[in-house]
Amino acid sequence: MKVEVFVTLKPGVLDPQGRAITQALHGLGFAGVEDVRAGRYLTLDVADNTTEAQVRDMCQQLLANTVIENFRISGI
Amino acid sequence: MRSAVIVFPGSNCDRDMARAIELVSGHAPQMVWHKDSELPAGTDFIALPGGFSYGDYLRSGAMAARSPIMRVVIDAAARGTPVLGVCNGFQVLTEAGLLPGALMRNAGLHFLCKDAPIRVENSQSIFTSRYAAGEELAIPIAHHDGNYAADADTLDMLEADGRIAFRYRSDVNGSARNIAGILNAGGNVLGMMPHPERAVEAAHGNLDGLRLFEGLLGVLA
Repeated sequence: MKVEVFVTLKPGVLDPQGRAITQALHGLGFAGVEDVRAGRYLTLDVADNTTEAQVRDMCQQLLANTVIENFRISGI
Repeated sequence: MRSAVIVFPGSNCDRDMARAIELVSGHAPQMVWHKDSELPAGTDFIALPGGFSYGDYLRSGAMAARSPIMRVVIDAAARGTPVLGVCNGFQVLTEAGLLPGALMRNAGLHFLCKDAPIRVENSQSIFTSRYAAGEELAIPIAHHDGNYAADADTLDMLEADGRIAFRYRSDVNGSARNIAGILNAGGNVLGMMPHPERAVEAAHGNLDGLRLFEGLLGVLA
C-alpha cells in the first residue's frame, strides 16, 4: 500500500528557501507570485494492515519536526 | 574524568573535539560509535560533535537523534551528566528533544564559515563559568542550518530562565533573538552553533573557546 505524507512548515515560520524561490520566479518574469512555501513530499510503501495511527506516529517521531512543521497523510 | 565523543556517520569535527578535550583535561576521550547501545562505564561528560551526520538526510540531526546511542545519551542527560552539542551536535540535541526549538536553513541561504562575534549571556553554567557575563568572544561558525527557531513562549521562557548561553552580537543567520547557544532546564546540556573546539590552541589563532573546556573539565576533574 502506498501512503503519501506531506510535510510543510507551520504558518508563521519563516521559510528562507520559499523566499528565494519566490525571488527566482520574479526574476523569470512571474511577477504575480506573492509567496512560495517549500515542503517535503514522501511516499511510503507499507504493509496493507498499516493504520493511519501508525503513520501518524511515524510522522511525529521522525518524518516531521513538529516544532516547526505540520504534516498531512493521504491514501490510507 | 571520563569523557565520550559520539561519532555518527558523517561527523567531521569529532577529532577536533577529542583533541580539545585531551588538551585541557589530559585524558583522551572514548570515541563512541552511534550504533553502540551503551556508554563506557563512568562516563561523566558527553560531546556531540559537528559535521553532517547521515548526510543531513531528512533534516539536519534528525537521523542521528534516533540512533541507538542517543537513547543512552538522553538517559545520561536526565541523570545530570553534562552534554555539549556543537553545530550538528546542537541540531541533534534539538531533534532528540533535549533542547527546545529547531535549527533551520540560514536566513541568507548561504553556508557561513567565519569567526562569529558572540556575547556570553549566562556565566553561571558549568560550561560558561570561566567567562564573564557580557563578555564578547569571536568563535568560528561553519554551518548551513543554524537559524534558531522556536515559538515566542519558548523564547520568552529561555530568556526568563537565563538559558540563553550565547548570543550573536548582530544578526548572522536569522536566529530568533540572535541565539547562538542554549541550555536545558537543568543546566547540564548546552547546544551551540559556534565551534569552541576550533579556538583552543595557538595554532588556531584564537583561544576564545578554551575557557569553555577549562571551566567544564575543571568542574569534573
